Amino acid sequence: MINSSLKQFGELLQTKKISSVELTQTFLNRITQHNPSINAYIALDEAKTLAQARVADTRIAAGNAAPLTGIPIAQKDIFCAMGWKTTCGSKMLANFVAPYDAHVITQFDNAGAVNLGKTNMDEFAMGSSNETSYFGGVKNPWSFDRVPGGSSGGSAAAVAARLCAAATGTDTGGSIRQPASLCGFTGLKPTYGVVSRFGMIAFASSLDQAGPMAKSAEDCALMMNVMAGFDERDSTSLNREKEDYTRNLNLPLQGLKIGLPKEFFAEGLDAGVGKIIEAAIAEYKKLGATIIDISLPNTSLSIPVYYVLAPAEASSNLSRYDGVRYGHRAAEYTDLMDMYNKSRAEGFGAEVKRRILIGTYVLSAGYYDAYYLKAQQIRRLIAQDFVEAFKKCDVIMGPAAPSTAFKAGEKVDDPVAMYLQDIYTISTNLAGLPGMSVPAGFSDGLPVGLQIIGNYFDEARMLNVAHQYQQVTDWHTAMPELALSKEVK
Amino acid sequence: MEWEVVIGLETHTQLKTNTKIFSGASVKYGAEPNTQACEVSLALPGVLPVLNRQAVECAIKFGLAINAHIAPRSVFARKNYFYPDLPKGYQISQFELPVVGKGAVTIQVPAVGKNAAYEKVVNITRAHLEEDAGKSVHGAVEGMSGIDLNRAGTPLLEIVTEPDMRSAAEAVAYAKKLHELVQWIDICDGNMQEGSFRCDVNVSVRPKGSEKLGTRREIKNLNSFKFMTQAIEYETRWQIETLEDGGTIHQATVLFNPDTGETRAMRSKEEANDYRYFPDPDLLPLVISEADKARVLVNMPELPEAMKARFEVQYGLSTYDANALTTSRDLANYFVETTNFGVDAKQAANWVMGSVAAKLNAEDKAIVDSPISAQQLAQLLKRISDNTISNNAAKQVFEAMWNSEGEVDAIIAAKGLKQESDSGAIEVIIDEVLAANAAMVEEFKAGKEKAFNALVGQAMKASKGKANPTQVNDILKKKLSA
Repeated sequence: MINSSLKQFGELLQTKKISSVELTQTFLNRITQHNPSINAYIALDEAKTLAQARVADTRIAAGNAAPLTGIPIAQKDIFCAMGWKTTCGSKMLANFVAPYDAHVITQFDNAGAVNLGKTNMDEFAMGSSNETSYFGGVKNPWSFDRVPGGSSGGSAAAVAARLCAAATGTDTGGSIRQPASLCGFTGLKPTYGVVSRFGMIAFASSLDQAGPMAKSAEDCALMMNVMAGFDERDSTSLNREKEDYTRNLNLPLQGLKIGLPKEFFAEGLDAGVGKIIEAAIAEYKKLGATIIDISLPNTSLSIPVYYVLAPAEASSNLSRYDGVRYGHRAAEYTDLMDMYNKSRAEGFGAEVKRRILIGTYVLSAGYYDAYYLKAQQIRRLIAQDFVEAFKKCDVIMGPAAPSTAFKAGEKVDDPVAMYLQDIYTISTNLAGLPGMSVPAGFSDGLPVGLQIIGNYFDEARMLNVAHQYQQVTDWHTAMPELALSKEVK
Repeated sequence: MEWEVVIGLETHTQLKTNTKIFSGASVKYGAEPNTQACEVSLALPGVLPVLNRQAVECAIKFGLAINAHIAPRSVFARKNYFYPDLPKGYQISQFELPVVGKGAVTIQVPAVGKNAAYEKVVNITRAHLEEDAGKSVHGAVEGMSGIDLNRAGTPLLEIVTEPDMRSAAEAVAYAKKLHELVQWIDICDGNMQEGSFRCDVNVSVRPKGSEKLGTRREIKNLNSFKFMTQAIEYETRWQIETLEDGGTIHQATVLFNPDTGETRAMRSKEEANDYRYFPDPDLLPLVISEADKARVLVNMPELPEAMKARFEVQYGLSTYDANALTTSRDLANYFVETTNFGVDAKQAANWVMGSVAAKLNAEDKAIVDSPISAQQLAQLLKRISDNTISNNAAKQVFEAMWNSEGEVDAIIAAKGLKQESDSGAIEVIIDEVLAANAAMVEEFKAGKEKAFNALVGQAMKASKGKANPTQVNDILKKKLSA
């Protein structure tokens, strides 16, 4: 049952085959059993969660259930949820209890979904392996000695190990798609501005975007119906008409033009991963798609540009964690400056400090033009590459990550190698485009994700493209052995 | 050597909005600490700024009032620095692209000593929108510093001038003019005690005739015109003396101490922060269309310059009078209201600028707090022009009205100030005066003009001040030449 789709869960609930309390308890039991080894969750609150499930059951009984009413969803610990500890994976906020709800949380509440718990993540979403979390690393459910990817590593492991029906994530440079690829499920980063950032703890404001992490494209579409929409509390939220992301799922793919950027298949791509992507492309040909060779010439610049702009914004966004009003404050200090220094030195981990330093440097007088301004100019060139590409094709495909899940500890001391994990995902964040990762097979027993990049606001089309593939393949239904063997009835 | 002082001002005007510039929290002054600090004011994790359009309208209004370029696209930037009263660790301001560009303000510099009054144009470099910081509160809790974030996020328009002023008098004249203007167009309450209008003054000196600017020091947070005069005068003297003693001026921020009347360096600019300005990614560029400007223009009051010109034409006032009556919108309204009750404009102008202004000044009151309403003043002026009372008697009535002793006619009756206009009665008095002052009559006849005035004085005295002076003059002249 735990491997059901969101639609199936909804049917079970609404036909009263199972109550939300029962379904929620089933997942809570699985969490109790598996979380100690996987460490996908930072915060759990059974009482709160079950209270929400009871409310959902009342709503279902009253006959006004929405598609996700009663379904337990895991929330990345980057979203403020009233009364919940909201840590963002940092010691700095280890004891911070949010006094308000993020827009995303409100949307799920309104939909009647149940908040199952807050999931582990890289500290302030800075990382590609979940190893920068103050609350410890997360195991990849497919192989415990490997990382789940990051920064949404807890949500990724929870979805893969079926410790939730679906989860939320955020993606600043690939933090939904890379873990989706490494853990073998479907993840979507929407167009920038489609999901409100209100209440979502900022890493790099011009790049951060929340999205669904779920088993299938259909599940992602149902999640998007809840998450997307205009919110006046976020000035970068786009005021567009509400859309039904499931509306195009069943359209045929005959005539679909798929662009394959040569830069995504060049040096640096693992051969095993490459083979699986080729097989997936072949599948699309069978579905009636035509393949077009394209180029995104500035792809190689996306990582350096990102590692100027994201840290610049982060260095400023993280200034509010000063120990004055909330968050970690050093136990002893001599004066104000000492309080700042010690609180921040103790409260932030190494990767966060590295990025604050880089960001402070590139914004400094005398360096701003050479780094920040130049990076902004190149960012526009990268976006222009996509504009040109989408004149020739409907969607762009390639790998979501250059390799399968790597071993824990393997790249911790080599930040540049870690940063290269996002080589195929970062450019879409810089351009503000939507991107997804769809399970496409296994290489040496580890999942591989196919990335689908769409034009602005083409999420419904991308979900259609992914859904049609999932009608003829079953990679997205594969579950890791471990999770299966320990299922609680 | 003769020195010249060069002054530029940066003025923070608190905009008259209901809520903060980037959140819905109230901006009312004087609330209990932190009761007007919402999630955004507290800079909780995950909160985002949303621009208050009311603040933008204030900025547009100001731009229109000083004939400035209003940017069709301006950008909010983050000014990064750590301070406990700055909750986000950065202030949202505007840096490279401000909402209001170059404009100008015409000031009237009053006469000082032997220097006559004159008019001068002060150029405005820019005006930009930004948020205010909170306040550190010392001593509220024993041995601790507290933070009050009620003020954090209050909308400010920072108005920056060119270094166009050459004396404390010019700087204060500009500050007063600006103070009046922002209240005139209703974008700021002008309350200097509550910090609604605060000036930073940049002062440098250079040898007279030199084109090169000297090194400036910035006097921070002056919140009264008196202190501004004192601070600039002290700072100017200090800089000249320092240079004459062979010293050098270092760029610095200084504070004025009202108790000692001195300025003292707070921090030198070398150790100042690198603010790492960059465009705020949480806010879209501020776009102002022609339609936006047109909407604001519809609600613009008549500006002082236009009103001044109209007063000259409509009421036949001198430039000086028109200027004086348009120094504040309330004063101008009071004057107009007085004339609307059908009294002579020139007479009304004289009384408003004379007795009324003098009383307000002496009691440090604003025109809106005048105990004598425009209608009451008009009534008084009517009693002068219909010869019920003399000008002198009117002054007594005015005094009584100011002290709230009653309405015009009641006071005239109570004090017996109605003037004698019966020529028969006046003739009797004059005959008596002439008889009793034969010596003076002789002097007058011998050519001494002054003796005439003395006789008028005697006649007025004999009538206990009630005789109509014009009639006294006429009858006396007639009798003496007979």
